[in-house]
Order: sequence, then C-alpha cells, then structure tokens
Amino acid sequence: MDRRSFVQLDARARAMALFDEGCCRELLGPSCGMGSPWLARQGITPQADDGCVVMKGRIAAQTAVVMALDGSFLGGSVGEVSGMKMTAALDLACADNQRGIPTSAVLLLESGGARLSEANLGMEAVAEILASMLALRRHAPVISVVAGPTGCFGGMSLAAALSSYLVLTRQARLGLSGPRVIEQESGVEELDASDRSLIQAIFGGEQRHAMGLADALVEDDTEQVAGAVRRLLASGLPRVHRSSQVTAYRGRLAALDGLRLWEPAALRVLWNEAAGGEESA
Amino acid sequence: MSEYAGTRGPVWFRALTGHAAPLRGDPASVLTADAPLGGEKARFLCVVRDPQGRYPCARDGQVGLEEAYALAARVREAVAEDRDGIKRPIVAIVDVKSQAYGRREEMAAIHLAAACAVDAYDEARVSAHPVIALVVGHALSGGFVSHGLLANRVLALDDAGVMIHAMHPQAAARIMHTSVESLERASRSIAPLSYDIGEYAKLGLLHRLLQVEEPENPSAAAVQGVKEELAAAVREARQGPLDLSDRWLSPQARQSRSAALMVRAALAAQWAEPESGR
Repeated sequence: MDRRSFVQLDARARAMALFDEGCCRELLGPSCGMGSPWLARQGITPQADDGCVVMKGRIAAQTAVVMALDGSFLGGSVGEVSGMKMTAALDLACADNQRGIPTSAVLLLESGGARLSEANLGMEAVAEILASMLALRRHAPVISVVAGPTGCFGGMSLAAALSSYLVLTRQARLGLSGPRVIEQESGVEELDASDRSLIQAIFGGEQRHAMGLADALVEDDTEQVAGAVRRLLASGLPRVHRSSQVTAYRGRLAALDGLRLWEPAALRVLWNEAAGGEESA
Repeated sequence: MSEYAGTRGPVWFRALTGHAAPLRGDPASVLTADAPLGGEKARFLCVVRDPQGRYPCARDGQVGLEEAYALAARVREAVAEDRDGIKRPIVAIVDVKSQAYGRREEMAAIHLAAACAVDAYDEARVSAHPVIALVVGHALSGGFVSHGLLANRVLALDDAGVMIHAMHPQAAARIMHTSVESLERASRSIAPLSYDIGEYAKLGLLHRLLQVEEPENPSAAAVQGVKEELAAAVREARQGPLDLSDRWLSPQARQSRSAALMVRAALAAQWAEPESGR
C-alpha cells in the first residue's frame, strides 16, 4: 500500500488534502499579513497567518470550509486573530446555510488551547469558537480531526467534543488538560507526564475511540483521513450530538463509582457496559 | 493578585437565593435554586468547594466531572421546563478556581463533560433564556468557560478579589517558563494578560462592573443593588442578540479587538468569491 503520512504535512497541506482536486482556495492567507498584534512586544515573532489556515472549496462536490491550526506555531494556540478567523468562518458558513447554501466545516485541531501570550483574548476566542460551532452544527455537520503530533488540549478539546463527528489517528492525543499541566498542578503522583505508555493509554486516539468518544480511528495516511472526513460529511447530522447527551454520559460517570483501580483498560470496559444507548434530543 | 478563597460563591448564592444546599442527586459542590429576580423566577447556579468530594482534584472550587454534568443537567432542566413558556433567566454565580487537573478526570473524558456544560449554557442562550454570569471571585480557565463565559452578559464585582483569566499566574508562569514577577510586569502593559479586573473590563467583554462594599460579607442593601443590576441585565439580554457578538461590537472591544474586527471584515469580503476555475 502506498501511504502518504498526514501527520508530516504542514497545516496548509493538511487542509488542502481534504478537498476535491483543485477545488479550494485559501482565505486570509499569509499574503494578507494578518498576524497577532500582541506578540512582538513580548519578543515573539508573529506569523502572517497567525497559525490558522482557512480554506474554502468542495469536498465530495459539497461546499465546505476547513480550518487548520498550525501546531508548529506557538503550539497551535488560539489567539485574537487565529480565533476570530475560525469564529468568522463558522459564522459565514452558518449564514450561508440559513440562506439555503449548504456549507459544512472541518476543523484540524492541533492545539494546546487558548494562547497564554494573549491570555484573556485567547480564552474569549475559545468561547466564541465554541458558540459558533454550536450555531453551525444546527444546520450542517462540523467535523474535527486530531492527527498529531501536537494533540488537542485546553479549549480546543471542548471543540473536539462539540463536533458532530470526530476523527482521530492512533497517535492523536486528546484531553482537557495536558499531561505536563496536570503534573505541574497536581503533582507527579497524580500523573507522571514522562510515562509515555500511560499517557498514550489515557489520552491516545485508540482509547478515546474505544470509549465511544470519537467516530473514526484511522492510520496516519492522508487518504484514510480524507476518506473518513468525506464519509462522515455524507452521513449528515447525527440524531443527537454527543455533547447534548448529558444524562447518558452522567450515567456512565456514575457507573465508575465502583471502580477501585483507575486503569485505562478496566475503565474502558465499565464505561462501555454502562452505555444505555443514546438519548433523544 | 488574590489567592483563591472559595468563600464568595456560597455567600452570594445564599444572599441571592436564600438557599444553601444542593438539590437532590447533585454533588455538594453544585448549588442550584430557583428564586425571585426582578418580579419573575430565575435559576441560579454556583460551583462551590466540597472538601469531601469524591474526586480529590475537584474539591477546591474546581469544575470537575460531577460539577460539569450537574451544571449541564440543571441548565437543560430549566430549558426543558420552559420550552413552551416564559424563558426564565439563568444566573451563573462564578467563583471557580479552574478546571480539575486530574488523572481520573482525563480518563473519564472531562473534556466531554465540560463540553456538555458549554452546550447546555449555549442552548439556554439561543433558546432566548437570558443567561447572565455574575463573577464574584475567581473565574479561571476551563472552569469559567464551562460555567459563565457562554452567557449573554458577563457582570463582575469591581473588587481586588475578583480575577478573570485564562490561567492562574503560578501555572501560567511555569508553563511559559517565566516567573510570576515577569508575568506581572508584562501584564501591566499588555491588557489581555492582566489579572486586574479593571484592565479586563477595558477589553470590552464585560457588560458591567458592579461596585459593592464588602463583597465577602455584603449588606442587604448591596445584595439588593446587585439584584437590580441582574434584573437590568436580564431586560437588556432579552432585547439583545442571542449570539456573543456584543463582545466584539461593544465600544471598548472596537478599540481593544481591532485586529479581530479586521479579520471578520476581510474574511467576509473574501468568502463569497467563486471556488472553481483555478
């Protein structure tokens, strides 16, 4: 099999790889020179796309917008400019749907969440992205992909959880707080961030998928990632979004009360046994 | 920069609702009550400390798994009950230390629990419930995103014990490989980094800053004043947009977030061009 790694592509190439051949264009690309106004005065060199690539075009002949966070720029963090690129693109897609032009969205999330060097505007950007995702997903599917190597943490882990569908690779990591942050805040006895196999067993794509928290688990292969996105876009909106199934997930959490040893494999079994089928809206 | 005390949430919840105990089925760390506000019934929610909580990393005023699901369930309950009637105001009283930073939390997918709370608050707002956040103490990181930041209107007490921020200074300094002192220095000249509530207000994200004497132990008159401010915010929310656009269109945001506004305008201009033909 001729495989082309998705993880080794940069954010722009990842976004482009999802579209039908020759059917996309970048919006607010680097030539527009819209970097963050907050970084230079902190001694950080801004990037002309602020670490967020927005492309619009056709996926399986349907209009879609793709937003790719660049994990190599400040950890894919969301700042004032990159955050508003996402919020505005989601809002424009939502407005198009309301006008009868079906437009879906795909988010490529390689991100540590809110950008600490823009702190409160980063946190605000996260809230606005989440609200705009929720607005769009009433009309059209919003799909998130976490491929690696950065992973998806902080506010963007909420974006992954709010998505209509989530695609993960095996090497993807997904969680609210990253291992290093947990070790810093709660101590190494809470979580040893250097224990790579434990970290993978907790945050890794395979575990998240096995717990029903993702809709597709794919290899690091560009065609597999793009194929999963096309397939999920074609399936339309889910009957009930995962993040609206409060009673079901609260019930699963309650089932863990009896778990003496919190170990990933045991948790997976108990969690899935507690699944009571999906809720109605 | 104030240390988290965790005492203000219960004080203000009791002052505004007359209640102090959790509802049946909820963890002791989530207080919910329906109480009068401006001549109608409003739902108040607050996350508080619970030193006996089941999850050790969520005992000190953090939003953990149980807290996020309880908030989501109680907000959705109000939305369901009011589906065909008057949409009652929902008031999030905010004094949260952070999200819960724990191994069990991550194993049981706290990112989904937090997303459920965000989804619920958003659902309430777009269903035309006036959703008001009242920040009486700390409002930090994932804790605030899950409980308060998706509101139509964010109000905060104008007091040194109030802090709204993406991350508490000690953690931010460790992650950014710098000292709390140099972070404080930078935050004095760069508004979005500031830990000061007055500087936060300049970003244009707050609806109102409220002057209150002794916020640790407010007088009956102070509580009445805050109730009137909440009722006014409810009235304005009912007249305003259901999305968060006030937070980039406010006069102060037009100054502080000029880059974001340029992005919105430029993206809209490029959006409609045809895709094909290249």
